[in-house]
Amino acid sequence: MTSPTGVTANEPDGSPLFDLLEGFVMELRAAGLPVSLSENIDAAEAVKHIPLEDRLAFKYALAATLVKNDAHWKTFETLFEVYFSFRGTEYSLDGDADELVTDLDVDPDEGVEQAAGDGGQGGGDGMTPEELAELLYQALLGGDESLMRAIARQAVRRFASMEPGRPVGGTYYLYRTLRNLDLDGVLERLMEQARDRAGDDGQPLSSFEERLERDEYESRVDKLRKEIEAEIRRRLVADRGAEAMAKTLRKPLPEDVDFMHASREEMVMLRRAIYPLTRKLAVRLARKRRHKRKGKLDFRNTVRHSLSYGGVPAEPKFRHPKPAKPEIFVIADISGSVAAFARFTLHLVYAISSQFSKVRSFVFIDGLDEVTAYFEGVDDITEAIHRVNTEADVVWVDGHSDYGHAFEVFWERFGDEVGPKTTVLVLGDARNNYHAAQAWIMKEVQQKARKLFWLNPEPKAYWDTGDSIVGEYAVHCDGVFEVRNLRQLDRFVDNLA
Amino acid sequence: MTHRFDSVDAVREGLRSVEYLADDSIAGIAYLADRLGKPVLVEGPAGTGKTQLAKSMAEMSGARLIRLQCYEGIDESKALYEWNYKKQLLRIQAGGDGQAWTELQEDIFSDEFLLPRPLLEAITADDPVVLLIDEVDRVELETEALLLEILSDYQVSIPELGTIESKQIPLVFLTSNNTRELSEALKRRCLFLHLDYPALEREKEIVMTKVPDITDALADQVARIVRSIRQLELKKHPSVSETLDWARTLVLLGIENIDESDAANTANILLKYRSDIEKAVKDFSSNASTHFEPTST
Repeated sequence: MTSPTGVTANEPDGSPLFDLLEGFVMELRAAGLPVSLSENIDAAEAVKHIPLEDRLAFKYALAATLVKNDAHWKTFETLFEVYFSFRGTEYSLDGDADELVTDLDVDPDEGVEQAAGDGGQGGGDGMTPEELAELLYQALLGGDESLMRAIARQAVRRFASMEPGRPVGGTYYLYRTLRNLDLDGVLERLMEQARDRAGDDGQPLSSFEERLERDEYESRVDKLRKEIEAEIRRRLVADRGAEAMAKTLRKPLPEDVDFMHASREEMVMLRRAIYPLTRKLAVRLARKRRHKRKGKLDFRNTVRHSLSYGGVPAEPKFRHPKPAKPEIFVIADISGSVAAFARFTLHLVYAISSQFSKVRSFVFIDGLDEVTAYFEGVDDITEAIHRVNTEADVVWVDGHSDYGHAFEVFWERFGDEVGPKTTVLVLGDARNNYHAAQAWIMKEVQQKARKLFWLNPEPKAYWDTGDSIVGEYAVHCDGVFEVRNLRQLDRFVDNLA
Repeated sequence: MTHRFDSVDAVREGLRSVEYLADDSIAGIAYLADRLGKPVLVEGPAGTGKTQLAKSMAEMSGARLIRLQCYEGIDESKALYEWNYKKQLLRIQAGGDGQAWTELQEDIFSDEFLLPRPLLEAITADDPVVLLIDEVDRVELETEALLLEILSDYQVSIPELGTIESKQIPLVFLTSNNTRELSEALKRRCLFLHLDYPALEREKEIVMTKVPDITDALADQVARIVRSIRQLELKKHPSVSETLDWARTLVLLGIENIDESDAANTANILLKYRSDIEKAVKDFSSNASTHFEPTST
């Protein structure tokens, strides 16, 4: 990869570098990162101090000045790759776009040789697929990064069949390339080889050693996959230009990912994000509780202290505040469509359960079951939630959400335990499959409980459309909230305790 | 103004000479901090060497380290400065009757009666200093404002004395464990450095540097196992310092090649929660191929 620039650093504003930086910052803002004006200036200042041929230093200089939250790093990195990579000495986008499009239309070996560098065996297109596969195997076996990069280039050129101007996303090309490379097969072969090698030494791999070997190879395969992604991205950028590409790559920040439409990758990201979030929330709530205003006037204590002022109650004394910790009942729909949402909310509520005097949880689809016991004395909430999903008895007839029946069961079995200290949270999209609503139960619950809140993971615009009857329940609730992402969930729980 | 370092590589080499292995981002940002005269906000999980970075920077540049340990309830008189009331009182009593009040007042609100606290000390120092503001996320949001003046302008305003400007721009490091979101105002004034767990090679190198008796093969194995453990979903992942403790333990026990039972027996040094230990041990003894299936949703 060449340096992001061909210009000298000290040129005043208006130089291509600053134009590019400007565009980059605009795009960061469009992606939701809060970049202030002074940070923008800092970035421009910072890049003056680093050698511009050092791409990595350039990247860290921008990151240090523009990105002040670790969760935003990934967004930054992707955009950085889009804006500051694969630029020749000609700086302007138009100039090298033309050149690169021809590069896209299969030019012979030049590219591979270039990238292969010291990786040896550059001889690109001449290879049969078998030879390429063998080369890939060798590269992964040896962990040879420059060879891996060359293979990534070759694989994309060969398998992705990218066409200039074709409006397809990068994932499509990625899929095509990976399908042809059969990385799972290669991984198995690598593991075979590891086992054989250990067998030859007379000590077969224990499952522990096998695990370590596998982790090592997995990480190499992962590196290769990233190389391929980067290669595809570079080509797309060359074809479409950085601005257009950045737009298609725009993804929500982790705290804005919609629970109901998260991809598998985003789910993993969300799971990682939730633990630090709960920790922050717990600290915040504990502090809030401690710093709340003073308690009631302590009359006796005030009078006792007034003695030292000759009977004048000059120094009023207050009781220590003992804000009541609320008791929480969570009633969660865990049918397919909203399961992820219920899981995150349960996770969050239990992670901060020390802020509540009691937490009880109930899950339902068309039947309802109490699952509090799964969470008691368990350190690992993920495990408990897994048990909820597999063991709880929540299906009554057909396993389609039936809010009405679930509420009936709740009222019958647990209705007596709802008291004036209880805050009830209902989680669900209220898509009732046209069953009876039984909204009167919500009315009863609301009268007995301290508060009744409904959290709906659907966008507000979809409420009360189709079989959603959230409006019928809403009239009996103290509040109905749209909670579609971690940010909203965090805000709600913060107000709750 | 003269700069402390000539290049990013100079920073990296300097840190290496005091046994701190910096990666590209650490060295690069430390260099920029010097060039731009800006504080560095270092954030990341516990035990990744945030505080050590500041200490090492001080050691390598031969500067004095001034440390402000933050805690909940810290205030001006602990962080910035305080008037020495007792001495002022003595001065008034010793003054006798002849002295005019205004004269006396000027006298007791002078440098002599000022007790500098870490922040003021750092900017008034004549010798080179590195200022470390440790665990800044522990102070309340309102108290953060105390830091803003010193971080952006390197000055302290004292109502009775006026503004004290710094004689030099010290290197400033703030560390945060991210237990709460810091204010935008604070973040904006700093360069941001996220210190994560090191990559495999770097962790191995750290182990080799800090545990001199360890063999290359064992260090490699340690780093790999720790990487695998960090991939699990745990309450707390092993930190670098825990990796080092573990490596030292293994050397003390005379273990050359870690097998499953060694790992299980010493896991309590790496992991500090019972559930985490159980999970890791279970994971290592179970069949490897099932591991990467995501837990059911």
